[in-house]
Amino acid sequence: MNPGQRDDPAPDVVPGPASRRGFLGVAAAAMGGTLLAGGVRLIEVAQAATPSPTAGANPKVRWGLLIDTEKCASGCTDCVTACNTENGLATPARPTDAQWIRKIEIKEINGQRSASLPVMCQHCADPPCVDVCPTGASFKRADGIVMVDRHTCIGCRYCVMACPYQARSFVHEPLSEQKPDVPRGKGCVESCTLCVHRIDQGQQNTACAEACTQAGHGAIVFGNLNDPDSEISRRARAAATTQLRADLRLGLGVRYQGL
Amino acid sequence: MAHPRSAFGASPSRGRRQRTGKAGSAAPAWLRARVLLDLTALVFALAACTLPALAADGRTPQPVIEAARAGTQCIADPATMRREHPAILEHQRDATVRGGIRGAKASLKACIDCHASAVSGSVAKAESNFCVSCHAYAAVQIDCFGCHASRPQVTLARQLP
Repeated sequence: MNPGQRDDPAPDVVPGPASRRGFLGVAAAAMGGTLLAGGVRLIEVAQAATPSPTAGANPKVRWGLLIDTEKCASGCTDCVTACNTENGLATPARPTDAQWIRKIEIKEINGQRSASLPVMCQHCADPPCVDVCPTGASFKRADGIVMVDRHTCIGCRYCVMACPYQARSFVHEPLSEQKPDVPRGKGCVESCTLCVHRIDQGQQNTACAEACTQAGHGAIVFGNLNDPDSEISRRARAAATTQLRADLRLGLGVRYQGL
Repeated sequence: MAHPRSAFGASPSRGRRQRTGKAGSAAPAWLRARVLLDLTALVFALAACTLPALAADGRTPQPVIEAARAGTQCIADPATMRREHPAILEHQRDATVRGGIRGAKASLKACIDCHASAVSGSVAKAESNFCVSCHAYAAVQIDCFGCHASRPQVTLARQLP
């Protein structure tokens, strides 16, 4: 059999032994048609079944956070509590519970300066967790949010190892009483989603930023980094911001001011 | 044929249960069609001779399907939903998780909103609840509620009479 033979049209009128090949060709074409029809039907179901669906992730948007460490109060954990409440995480968390956002205190070794800041998934433009995921469960949305598709996550935790920010957690134990908007379960890795369920519904603020504003600190600003008129862009232009481990050149969506 | 997922601009999933739609899966499709035909014939044969008898002496436990919340309308007729709900939900889940499309008609959350039991408030808590009653009857394990909430969002409006 020469290599080019596969692309030739099936000779369905050739008599003798070759007619079996012709029959197989026709049969394969018929089955292909069946499959296509099946696929088309599914798409129609999904599209016809959309009375008022949201538009979905916008590729022109780049969601991000700006954290002003000068305003972040040492000892305040309102953002952590708000995140836990919003996403149905256990409060107070046991050492083995998943953690989407944590407060850290840093201090210069030879100086007096110290700072308090929250650390969460930095929503990299080039996320190492996506690079290493063997199933494609770790992915980046069109609007820059890095997430885990729990339907395909096998819980191997390569992404936990790959993340330079220790932003990902593994769920070790069975969960109950999850939020309808935030499905979570045992055996999957998870991390900050930038309150993706809120964003998709058009509510443009995360729980942590909201809580920080309510507490009177206003240290966390959520917004679209691609929009030059958004508050986050204006503030990022006005003051110098840092990306954590900027040497890794991962293009972070979370920026820190005053570090 | 372009895969529907590629429309979202996200990285393509190489998931376990992804359907490629390529010619490589033609044999399973053929087999499925064959099995379906056989099953249909079997069901007709059973219905013709044995089912009335079984139903008459009540030896076959039938699933008790709880009624949906009053005043609600399902997205499709019961026969379609019984057969197609896994495919409909699986298709929608990728659109939602990867594409960020919410509020579509086919949504597990919307299913639960209508079908949660008035007694247990859930679709999967008690054996008589909507999802579990049929899945136990068909001996099909249901994995959704390991992660998804099996009860509707508790809102103040729902709590008040």
